Amino acid sequence: MNPLLSVTGLTKSYGPVEVLKGIDFDVAAGEKIALIGPSGSGKSTCLRCLNFLEKPSAGEIHLDGERIGVRLDRPMNDRQLAPQRAEMGMVFQLFNLWPHLSVTENVAIAARKVRGLSAREARELALDMLAKVHMTHRADASPLELSGGQQQRVAIARALAQKPKLMLFDEPTSALDPELVHEVLKVMEELAAEGRTMLIVTHEIAFARDIADRVLFLDGGRIVEQGPARDLILSPREPRTQAFLRQIRH
Amino acid sequence: MIGSSTFTLILQGLLTGAGVTVVVTLVSLLLSLSLGFGLALVRQFAKRRGLHAMIDLYCEIMRNIPALTHLFILYFGLASIGFRLSSMAAAILGLGLIGAAVTCDLFRAGFAALPKGQAEAALAVGFTPSQTILDILTPQAMRLALPSLGNYAVQLLKDTSIVSAIAAPEIMFYARSLVTSSFQTTLIYTMVAVLYLALALPLMQAIRVLETRYGKLKA
Repeated sequence: MNPLLSVTGLTKSYGPVEVLKGIDFDVAAGEKIALIGPSGSGKSTCLRCLNFLEKPSAGEIHLDGERIGVRLDRPMNDRQLAPQRAEMGMVFQLFNLWPHLSVTENVAIAARKVRGLSAREARELALDMLAKVHMTHRADASPLELSGGQQQRVAIARALAQKPKLMLFDEPTSALDPELVHEVLKVMEELAAEGRTMLIVTHEIAFARDIADRVLFLDGGRIVEQGPARDLILSPREPRTQAFLRQIRH
Repeated sequence: MIGSSTFTLILQGLLTGAGVTVVVTLVSLLLSLSLGFGLALVRQFAKRRGLHAMIDLYCEIMRNIPALTHLFILYFGLASIGFRLSSMAAAILGLGLIGAAVTCDLFRAGFAALPKGQAEAALAVGFTPSQTILDILTPQAMRLALPSLGNYAVQLLKDTSIVSAIAAPEIMFYARSLVTSSFQTTLIYTMVAVLYLALALPLMQAIRVLETRYGKLKA
């Protein structure tokens, strides 16, 4: 079977600085993949290249057989990219909820404006998605009134409302107070159990070990090692992976 | 002492002027807000360098030449080359065009203050750039710009007093002619002051109401 997502030869440079030096990997439908690695290893950049929030310098990304960001050998602009981006839900480190909209509107607005649902359908969808992240009780609140953990759960609901083919998580718990991390991880665990395809950039190694099918270890803009989550985290082969995991544990 | 009929005459004259002041303020405010917003959008989001330079030049010209000079060019200057504007039209156009340079900057500051993640989140859910600007960035930028736009509106109300110089019949225009005919200098200018205050205070209040209602973007 063809993979849902395939990434080949992905590179990204900022001027002379090469942040990604040729990344290749496939993701099968339903697979959970964790990207781990030291800061500056390029894991966030890699994730952001998938939906072209960063424009890759070279390489190809295919989602469900469709080339992302390029049509007829020409790079697509943001307007042309919009429908492709809608296929991927993204969760950001800093939540990025829209503070001028209510919690429900945050989740509903794209359904109306991108997928053309009626206001009522969009609201119903939003409430369903909020139920999934256990936030129904704050449906009418402003994002400003929520804790970080609650904001992140709403942000997850917003991404789910896109009915995306895969979910991208960019360090979803890194900006949270320690006591709020758990509620977000729990929601992600529930999503994983539903069989969703998820790509997660994370520093939560235990979480990656328990949730992910596969772990990619990035360092210096390359995939240094990849493998089944348990194997890679419990018995890494590469010295650099070993060093990184040792550091994280202490 | 003055008779009550003189007082009534003066009051009537000033109130007529106040009506014109209100019209000039509101119409030039509308003009400056819409033009300034349009310029800010282009300056902030269009990718044409040439347009940026033109807008920057426009703003510099508007802000670094006295308003009175602009008004004289519009009213007397254009007339002398055969393009005659009424004093009201010149007043509204002048204040509106100058104001556009001011509000352009205020709107741009609002857009610039928004975290990058706001637009990224909008693009990520599949919004086009224009949807992102319209539905996500603009409402927030407006709210951020609201307090300074409010200050500008009050400033504009006061600045309308200079259009008397091109014979637009607003408060100060009536005041001067009433002083010439009645010599009640102190009384008339005191009444003018009270009148401006009576116009400015409700304007301030209205802006405050808007600010409490929409101004909040941070917890």
